[in-house]
Amino acid sequence: MDDDRPIFVQIAEQIENAIIDGSLAEEAQVPSTNELAAFHRINPATAAKGINELVDDGILYKKRGIGMFVSPGARARLQQRRRDQFSERYLRPLIVEATKLGLTASELKAMIDKWETR
Amino acid sequence: MSTVVEVDGVVRRFGRMTALDEVSFSLRANTIYGLLGRNGAGKSTLMQIMNGHLLATSGRVAVLGESPWERAAVRARMCLVRENQLYPDQFRVHHALRAASFLFPGWDEAYAQSLVDDFQLPRSRQVKKLSRGMLTAVGIVIGLASRAPLTFFDEPYVGLDAVARQLFYDRLLADYAEHPRTIVLSTHLIDEVANLVEHVLLLDRGRLIVDDDADHLRGAVTAITGPAAAVDRIAASGTELHRATVGTLTRATLRGLDDAARGTAAELGVTLEPLSLQQAIVSLTANGMEGSR
Repeated sequence: MDDDRPIFVQIAEQIENAIIDGSLAEEAQVPSTNELAAFHRINPATAAKGINELVDDGILYKKRGIGMFVSPGARARLQQRRRDQFSERYLRPLIVEATKLGLTASELKAMIDKWETR
Repeated sequence: MSTVVEVDGVVRRFGRMTALDEVSFSLRANTIYGLLGRNGAGKSTLMQIMNGHLLATSGRVAVLGESPWERAAVRARMCLVRENQLYPDQFRVHHALRAASFLFPGWDEAYAQSLVDDFQLPRSRQVKKLSRGMLTAVGIVIGLASRAPLTFFDEPYVGLDAVARQLFYDRLLADYAEHPRTIVLSTHLIDEVANLVEHVLLLDRGRLIVDDDADHLRGAVTAITGPAAAVDRIAASGTELHRATVGTLTRATLRGLDDAARGTAAELGVTLEPLSLQQAIVSLTANGMEGSR
């Protein structure tokens, strides 16, 4: 945990990333809060906060006495959410920098096309 | 969550010096607290008062609903590991552990022995002949193995190298996960414990200036850098703690920045950088800011 955002946010995001890239399949069990705490060397309450955030969102669900599991449909929902955020998170800083450099929209589009043919 | 310690308007004077000035807060069950502050801020005095080793000049302290002063039943449920703990002259390491095992009803002997091995402590060496780091490790072993519902570590790192400190943090977290309890750590090494502590109490010259969740505090202070006019506009939405200028570039450290200001920052060419817990604590202490809630 090295950036300065709240650790529980980073914990939740790491689990989300694992679900999106498929390394945590739907119905797979996620590590317990104590395992996460020991691995990341963080307070178990902080790890629990990250997990609970995902439970509240319906991304994970709890099996009483067994642990936390990835909900069916979680991957598609996370992908949709990330797509919704994409413009704000990635295009805005791109546009700000491009404007600073005097790049036009068509020049930007040309750059993106070039990436696609790589 | 239930409250295990209540400190209400505590003042402690030593002669004309005020070590603690109207300090009030409460400690919840099963939480790891970081008690932070500069040397002489009052951390040790506060720990001693909470442990019934010292009386407050005025104010009220309740531990598990009772005054900790001369109350054996309450004291048996607390463990204070002091930086300069004194042991009888002839005591060997195993004597110190034996004495502790009688003091604490929750003592786990097998765990104590495994910690002695982890820290490579010589069991039959006289305590007075231990190195500074070994002496600290004895305190750590006692503090952890006591399993006291309220455990206080007063700067538990003197003489310990980075490897031994990491060992302490790892053992603490693992044991806390299995046996939750209230732990108060006073330390200067804020970066090292930043991810361990759930809640921060910050003392500055005897006054409690921060009583806040570590996660909240982490995002609470932001450094903003950009052209002076743009920085001025953003800075108006928070409380300015510090400002520096080089050429046409200005950096201001702000507490409390609203989302609208964050949004406009990017468009104005101002970069935002949240401060680490350590940096946040330093800027708050330097400024002597008023309460955080």
